[in-house]
Amino acid sequence: MELGLVSAVLFATIVAGTPLILTALGELVTEKSGVLNLGAEGIMSVGAVAAFAVTLNTGSPLLGILAGMVAGMAMSALFGFAALTLQANQVASGLALSIFGVGLSAFVGKPYESQTLSSVPPFKIPLLSKLPVLGHALFEQQALVYFSWVMLAAVAWFLYRTRWGLVLRAVGETPVAAHAIGYNVLRIRYLAAIFGGAMAGIGGAFLSVFYTPLWVEGMVAGRGWISLALVVFATWRPLRVMFGAYLFGGAMITQMFVQGSGLRLDIPAQFLSSLPYLATVVVLVLISRNRSTIRLNSPASLGQPFMPDA
Amino acid sequence: MQRLKSTMTLLGLGLLAASTLSAADPAPTQVGFVYVSPVGDAGWTFQHDQGRKEMEKALAGKVTTKFVENVPEGADAERVIRQLITGGAKIVFTTSFGYMNPTEKVASAFPDKFFFHATGYKTAKNMGIYNARFYEGRYLCGVIAGKMTKSHIAGYVAAFPIPEVLQGINAFTEGMRSVDPKAEVRVIWVNSWFDPGKEREAALTLISQGADMVTHHTDSTAVVQAAEEKHKENANLYSFSYHSDMSKYGPSSCLTGATHLWGDFYTRTVKEVLAGTWKGTNVWGGMKDGMIKLAPLNAAVPDAVKKDVVKLENEIKEGKRHPFAGPVVAQDGKELVPKGRNMTDAELGAMNYYVKGVASTLPKN
Repeated sequence: MELGLVSAVLFATIVAGTPLILTALGELVTEKSGVLNLGAEGIMSVGAVAAFAVTLNTGSPLLGILAGMVAGMAMSALFGFAALTLQANQVASGLALSIFGVGLSAFVGKPYESQTLSSVPPFKIPLLSKLPVLGHALFEQQALVYFSWVMLAAVAWFLYRTRWGLVLRAVGETPVAAHAIGYNVLRIRYLAAIFGGAMAGIGGAFLSVFYTPLWVEGMVAGRGWISLALVVFATWRPLRVMFGAYLFGGAMITQMFVQGSGLRLDIPAQFLSSLPYLATVVVLVLISRNRSTIRLNSPASLGQPFMPDA
Repeated sequence: MQRLKSTMTLLGLGLLAASTLSAADPAPTQVGFVYVSPVGDAGWTFQHDQGRKEMEKALAGKVTTKFVENVPEGADAERVIRQLITGGAKIVFTTSFGYMNPTEKVASAFPDKFFFHATGYKTAKNMGIYNARFYEGRYLCGVIAGKMTKSHIAGYVAAFPIPEVLQGINAFTEGMRSVDPKAEVRVIWVNSWFDPGKEREAALTLISQGADMVTHHTDSTAVVQAAEEKHKENANLYSFSYHSDMSKYGPSSCLTGATHLWGDFYTRTVKEVLAGTWKGTNVWGGMKDGMIKLAPLNAAVPDAVKKDVVKLENEIKEGKRHPFAGPVVAQDGKELVPKGRNMTDAELGAMNYYVKGVASTLPKN
């Protein structure tokens, strides 16, 4: 295989994996606090349309990202109000948020369907982008790609190396104990959920402003659900989330390159198209097959409501 | 209580007024449409909705229309069609292949209503079918691609390997190779009618592997947009849109597109039903019937090519040229249609192969 091709596959893989990483990292933090927010698809949709609208009107992708983030935070705050304050069932609230978000984005986004943005030029990192093969793939990417790497490191550091990370995990394991020693469980869960919403909103913004610079209803196309699944299959470990996201993106891009090469292969294209899902599930299940690590990493009180007065 | 009574009286009066009004003026017939995706700004459903609007305008006062968008193919569709009927619709158009069985089912349950299903093959006493010869437009796009290509490779982003999509790929290939025998067409199946992200990746993949003419049989504008972006790096990279004119998404790179026009058909059909002259519909219209048209050609297309295209278009309209005129040779070299005759409609409808010149392997069903 020629090096140019390797570089192209790698480049596209990273682009395809980025929205998944952003959203899944946010969801991971949310779930680590014991809150199961299934609304990622809806939050991403609303984030995408907000980011697109603001970028279109201001010409600034940065403001667009901020808008996506704020929209995502508002959506997850709504979820928090239902699931945390009112103690509604988290699964049901999350699903409702997903349906609501997809519908709301379609409604709000109607006037933007005919519009297009000019694509945002990539952010080249000096020197590093000159590296052979890897330079183009790794260091000539959109700024949000680097942001996803920074956030990965930040989330891993926060969860496992800081006091507040420990508190957050404690709230996800045994909220009663955390409450007993004086932590405000609801507030921490709110913050975690809002962080998750912000990340999913940015993930949506990546789709509508950077990945395919357009807005159309349904453009998130299931990426929110894939992100949710990634968190579980990666057994709530940040690095594995990234690995899984790139594996998924990589399998998708590779099968396209195989199809587009004009090679005569006797493999059904449907199988090739399902390969990303299969590969991700199989590989992540294999590396996470140890039961005790799953139990160690999955938040024990995930999805269970907590009433401070009880 | 007094208040309630007076409200009731008012309501009754209103109802009375409404009923007398409708008695004086025959109520317009309600026509329902079922769409598979959001209407949006371009694409398959957008074209059907344009047709609906045209029909409504042409028959103003006689009809009202109603549509439901984004209806999944399958069991859900049956519920939607039933709701349209019980909601007062007399005529329903269902605009996607997967609505075939649900439409047939509801049609047999309501024999006094009329149903029309796009792109399917099941008919009934009160159910007609209609389709367009998309491949005629594809053939012309292929001819332009063959004249313009430098790499002799075209890329095709496709959704599902059903006859309609294969007709498009094969017609494009036949058209391209009729002027550039060296040309090959590479296909990426994305297994989705609508996923802008995937469509874009597929287009970029084809472009990075040498294709300088790209087109798509999917529903979004992503492929045209991806080509427009890459056009800045390769001035000879061009795209062809499908369903709609997408030139505003690719002002410098989208050469033309095979567009569908349903308005005349909808108007004609509804008129027939209203007049009671309808005798069953099995329409497969092409350029001749005005159901397929090329979008305005981009300025980048040289005048000589433009002339050729106009000439070919007229030949197709007059029936002198068929995109699948024999000899049609399959990918593996087998002759499918001998020299001297055109492919029949039955053969077209059962297309499940690639013709010679398509480089990829056809996924098996």
